[in-house]
Amino acid sequence: MIEAVGLTKRYGDKTAVYNLSFQVRPGAVTGFLGPNGSGKSTTMRMILGLDNPTSGQVTIAGHPYAKLPNAPRQVGALLDAKAVHGGRSARNHLLSLAQLSGIPARRVDEVLGVVGLQDVAKKRSKGFSLGMGQRLGIAAALLGDPQVLLFDEPVNGLDPEGILWVRNLMKALAAEGRTVFVSSHLMSEMALTADHLIVIGRGQLLSDMSIGDFISANSADFARVRTPDTEPQLREKLTSALTEAGGHVLPEQDGALRVTGLALPRISDIAHDSDVRLWELSPHQASLEEAYMRMTQGAVDFRSTADQKEGLTQPLPPGAQPPMPVPGQGQPGWYAPPSPQQGGRPFAMPHPYGAPGQPPAGPYGAPGAAQPNPYAQPAPQAPQAPQGAPAPQAPAPAAPAAAPPAQSAPAAPAPSDLTKPEDVR
Amino acid sequence: MSTPQPPMPQAAVPDWQAVAAGSPYPTYTSPIPVVRTHLGHAISSEWTKIRSVRSTMWTLGVFVALVVGIGLLIAALVSAQASDESLAGENPLSFGVFGLLLGSMCIITLGVLTTASEYGTGMIRTTMTACPSRARVLAAKSIVFFAVAFTVTFASVLLVALADVSLLQGAKSPSGSEWLKGTFGISLYIALLGLLSLLVGSIIRHSAGAITIMIALVLAPLVMALFMFADSLESVRQALFDYSIPSQLSVFYTHSLSNSGPTGWDPLWIALGVTAVAFAVAVSLLQSRDV
Repeated sequence: MIEAVGLTKRYGDKTAVYNLSFQVRPGAVTGFLGPNGSGKSTTMRMILGLDNPTSGQVTIAGHPYAKLPNAPRQVGALLDAKAVHGGRSARNHLLSLAQLSGIPARRVDEVLGVVGLQDVAKKRSKGFSLGMGQRLGIAAALLGDPQVLLFDEPVNGLDPEGILWVRNLMKALAAEGRTVFVSSHLMSEMALTADHLIVIGRGQLLSDMSIGDFISANSADFARVRTPDTEPQLREKLTSALTEAGGHVLPEQDGALRVTGLALPRISDIAHDSDVRLWELSPHQASLEEAYMRMTQGAVDFRSTADQKEGLTQPLPPGAQPPMPVPGQGQPGWYAPPSPQQGGRPFAMPHPYGAPGQPPAGPYGAPGAAQPNPYAQPAPQAPQAPQGAPAPQAPAPAAPAAAPPAQSAPAAPAPSDLTKPEDVR
Repeated sequence: MSTPQPPMPQAAVPDWQAVAAGSPYPTYTSPIPVVRTHLGHAISSEWTKIRSVRSTMWTLGVFVALVVGIGLLIAALVSAQASDESLAGENPLSFGVFGLLLGSMCIITLGVLTTASEYGTGMIRTTMTACPSRARVLAAKSIVFFAVAFTVTFASVLLVALADVSLLQGAKSPSGSEWLKGTFGISLYIALLGLLSLLVGSIIRHSAGAITIMIALVLAPLVMALFMFADSLESVRQALFDYSIPSQLSVFYTHSLSNSGPTGWDPLWIALGVTAVAFAVAVSLLQSRDV
C-alpha cells in the first residue's frame, strides 16, 4: 500500500508535482499515466525517498521510505534502465545490490533467469540494448521478492514479445497480492495492463479511478449524425429537437453532430418528426486513447508544431503553387469534447491563459461544458460557418466558451488559480 | 565472491509483516528469509562494486607501475651516480617520494570515481533505493576504498623502501621510527588523500570536477608559492610551501623542503582532520540533498 498525501515538489520556481494525493492498493496493477514532464518520475523518486517532498508526504505500509524496515525487501523499483555502471557485468551489478540488501547470492542467478539475461550475465552492461537494460532493471526490482513494486516506463525499448512478457509479469505479480505501480505515457498499454488508473498532468491529479470506471466514464457510446451539408438550417433544427428530447449534442470539426443520451432509433424518429434528412447516423465508441488525450490536452508541456521552414525557403516564382503541407505534421491541438453526461467532471483543465495548446472551441460548446452551459445552446445569432468552405481548423478567436467557465465558476474541479504559478515559467 | 555471506538470523520477524497481516488487503510474503541489514552488508556490496570495474584495475595498476617503477629507477640511478660520501646521513627511504607523488594522482582518480561515477551513471539511485541509510553507503565506500588504497600503497612503498635500503649502501641505515613513518605512515597519508578525494567526489558529484579540484589541491599551493615574489607575501609564501602536499609528503622522511612547518607525524594529523571535516560535510549534504 502506497499512500501519498498532499505531495508537492518544487525545483526553484518550477512546480513539478502539486498537492498530489492518492493510494495504491495491493493485489492490483495501478497505472500511473501522464504526458512527458508531468511529474511521474518525480513522484516515483519521492515514493522511494530519493527526493524530499517540498510539502506533503508519501508512505509505504505506513512508513516513509527512509524509515521503512528492510526497505529493499519490501520495495523493488525500476527507475531508469540506464542507471547502471556500464563497466560492470549484469551479474556483478545485481550481486552488489543483493549483498547490500542481505539477499542470498543465488537469488541473483534466479532473477537473471526470470528476465532472460542468463546468457549475458557475465557481459558488461555497457553493450546492452535498451531492451536488455530494461530487463536488467526489472531483475533488480525483483531481486528482493518485494511486496511493493514500482516500474517507471518498463516497456520502453522492449520488443513486442518483451512488452507482452512485462504485461503478464505485472499481472502475475499483482495476482500474488503485491502492490504494482507502473508509470507510462501510453494509454493503450495501460488499458491492457492496469486495473486502476491514476492520471496526472502538470503535476496535478486529473483522475483516480478503476479502469472499468475510466472506460465507462470516458468511452461512452455516441451517435454521429450528419445532416446535408448544403442546408445548415437543418442541422440547427435537429440540434434543438434532439436537445429538447433530452439528448446532448456536440458539434464535430467536420460539421457532423455527436449525440449522446439518445438511442439510434430515437434519433432517427426525432429527425423524421422534425423533417430533417440524415446523411449519416452511425454508432461509435470513443477510444481510451482519445479520452486520455482529451484529459491531458491542457497539461501537455511539450507540443510539436508544423515545420514551417519560415524564411528559409526561396520566394516562389510568380504563378507557382505553394507546396501542399504534408498532412499529419504537428500535433493536433484539438480532441473531441467529452461525452457530457458525466458533466460533473470536466477533465480538460481550464485555460485562462492563451496557451498554444488551447483547443479552438467551436461556436456551440466547449470541452467540459456541462448542462447549465448557455453556450451549448444553438445560438441563432452565432456566426454560421459557410458550409461550402468549412473552416474547422481556423482557431476561433478567444474561444468564448472555454474562458468564461474558468472565471465564472471558481468551483471548477481543477482550480485555475493553482495552475497559474506554473505558467509563469 | 570473495566475502563471506553474513549469517542470517531467521528469528527476527520484521514488524512490517505484522502490520501487513492486519490490513484488509491481500498481501504477499516472500519465502526468502528477511535479514536486518547492517554496515557489513554495505561493505561487501561496495567490495563487489570496486573490484568489478576496470577503472579500479587501471588506476591501481598505473599507481603500482609509477611508484615501483620510478622508485626502483631512481634508486638504481642514485646508486650508480652518487658517491658514498654524498649520501652520508641521507634517509634512503626518501627516494621513494617522487614515484609516490605522481602515483597519488591515480589514487585521487580512483577515490573520486568510487563515488562520482555512481552519480554519473545514475547507479546512485539504485543504490540508495536498496539502502535508504545514505550515511551507511558512504561509510562503506570509505572503508572499502581506504582499505584497498592503503594495502596497495603499503605494498608498493615497502617494495621500493627495501630496494632503496639494499641498493644505497652509502646512506645511513634507517631507524625503526623512520621505517614506520617512511612506509606505514606515508601509506596512511596517501590513502587519506584518496579518501578525501572520495568525499570530494560525493560532495561535487561530478568526476571531472572533483578530480580537477583534488589535483589543484595537491599542486596549486606549490605553484602559487613559486610566483609570490613580493616581500609582503613572504609569510603566505612560506606557509604555502610548508603545507603543500608534496612538502608534507617529504616530512615523512624527516627532511622537509623548508625548515619551518609541520614535523614528525603532523601531516597525518592534518590530513585526518581535513578528511574528518570533509566526511561530516559529505554526510550532511548526502542527507539533505535529493539523490
